[in-house]
Amino acid sequence: MTTDLDRLLLIRHFERALLDLFARGELNGTTHTCLGQEIVPVALAPLLGPDDHIFSNHRGHGHYLARFDDPAGLLAEIMGREGAVCGGVGGSQHILRDKYLSTGIQGESLPVASGVALHLRGSGALACAYIGDGTWGEGSVYESLNLAGLWGLPLLVVVEHNGIAQTTPTELAMSGNIGTRCAAFGVRHIALPTDDISEIRAVLTPLISSVRLGAPLVVEFAVNRLGPHSKGDDTRSGVSSLRDWYRDMSGDPGFAEADGRALELVDSVVRDVKARPLSGWDR
Amino acid sequence: MKTALTRTSGAVTSDEVERMRVVENLNLALHEVLAADPRARLLGEDLLDPYGGAFKATRGLSTAFPAQVITTPISESAITGVGAGLALCGDTAIVEIMFSDFVTLAFDQIVNFAAKSVSMYGSRVPMRLIVRLPTGGGRGYGPTHSQSLQKHFIGVPGLDVYEMSPLHDNRAVFTRMIASQRPCVFFEDKILYTKRMHQIDDLFTWDLTDGLARVHVDAPPDCVIIAPGGVTHRAMAAMRRLLIEQEIICTLLVPSRLHPVDVAPLVAAVRGAKSVVVAEESTAGGTWGAEVAHVLHRELWGVLRNPVALAHSADSIIPTASHLERAVLLTETTIHDTVLESLK
Repeated sequence: MTTDLDRLLLIRHFERALLDLFARGELNGTTHTCLGQEIVPVALAPLLGPDDHIFSNHRGHGHYLARFDDPAGLLAEIMGREGAVCGGVGGSQHILRDKYLSTGIQGESLPVASGVALHLRGSGALACAYIGDGTWGEGSVYESLNLAGLWGLPLLVVVEHNGIAQTTPTELAMSGNIGTRCAAFGVRHIALPTDDISEIRAVLTPLISSVRLGAPLVVEFAVNRLGPHSKGDDTRSGVSSLRDWYRDMSGDPGFAEADGRALELVDSVVRDVKARPLSGWDR
Repeated sequence: MKTALTRTSGAVTSDEVERMRVVENLNLALHEVLAADPRARLLGEDLLDPYGGAFKATRGLSTAFPAQVITTPISESAITGVGAGLALCGDTAIVEIMFSDFVTLAFDQIVNFAAKSVSMYGSRVPMRLIVRLPTGGGRGYGPTHSQSLQKHFIGVPGLDVYEMSPLHDNRAVFTRMIASQRPCVFFEDKILYTKRMHQIDDLFTWDLTDGLARVHVDAPPDCVIIAPGGVTHRAMAAMRRLLIEQEIICTLLVPSRLHPVDVAPLVAAVRGAKSVVVAEESTAGGTWGAEVAHVLHRELWGVLRNPVALAHSADSIIPTASHLERAVLLTETTIHDTVLESLK
């Protein structure tokens, strides 16, 4: 059985492997890793059901791997190999599988998620959209919050507030704060740390149940982005001293064994996917 | 304006269609879409009765289908995205943008989400999303309420561009757009709303084959004019003058879908003509007509006697005062003069 720790470590090693592949020139284009933010989707995974729709973004590998036990399909998508989730057409930031969809434009998903929530309203299912703190610069966010509050949509907005948008710190981009912006639309908001998965679930379980009944909610997680925005473009200093669950948990019993298993799994996925033929696409 | 909108059942005969104004025919088409599919939704600003939409295309619908007609805040991006979200779930969604000028606010949702989602995830995703766009000038609404922005949607992969026409029953057009399972933008000329369906100058006859309407006399044409639905009446007026004053015979072709261009029927219809003119209300530069001309040049290079000529509005914003607006917009005279020039 896959534990939360296994999932966290799978995502961590998957993202590290991507940066490594990039460094060796084996990946095309760009990618955005979620190093440091792994806890959010792992904590939410059991709170979201198969009928719930998930909207991810440009930094979505963790969201995908917390939803689907499919690192090979994701890596094949990123590398354009056979077995890719979307044939290699979408790549890192454009994935559609069942009720999971990611797209690469900031704020674009919230109106769409609102439409899906309108479709789902009354069914008990919800639409969950992951956005970042930087996304709050987009007008579509506010248009959607307005609709969500106005129409009583089962919309869960998960904000991974990592304090930086590409290279711009939040304080250069945001006046006021997310909580008061939500309050202005009559939409509930809660800010949570990402220290403790059990605590996150305990707090969110009743709140998410009420989302299903048509009370939209914005959950703002404080996270650290431990990697670059995309690759090799980190302009910050002091990143290595940011708090990291990986370092904090490394002394826990069983961590070293789980870490070794995850690393081995990712290594074997990389070997497997690299050896596959190129993906095909029937336009 | 009397409307056909309180109708709840029963087929509409072709005679009845002939007597309808175009906006009534459009309203009937919307009525039939909502009646046929309880999951179909219509969204937009100020759609609810008794107002029934800025141009009354939705009059009666919120009364007949209260759960399916949704009035929205002034949020073009969000309501188009909501439509795309409904379409993603398999529903049919029709979004009205009050004036097509405002569709620029929804450009991201149409171009980067709805149209791309049809194919960017590696396999075809059906998207039954229609964005309705009241369009064009001639009503003195000024620079931000009078434009014809069709050209900005030409050549977007996954997106179909349609235009309302007095020669195409909107019920058939909406059936076609929905059946295509592709996002569509549907331009509706605002002057055309008030005209009667199938109203043809008595000098001409018309027919409709595979979505292409043809207005003609019983003789081979000197010039073929290709125009979207909103230009039909101006083109017919020019054709009348050319025939009576100069004995120049023109055929008018009006496609329902502007893009992708249905090449074969156009090529068949223009072969043999001395000249071809594409007429549209768009301002100059990067026009639909330029795309049509390119297609025809590629297919008929060496057969055409002259390059395909373009008639369009001036390279200008659209002014408000009527004498200034008339000087900028495509008119009957623009088409008349372009045809004459093309035959020199």
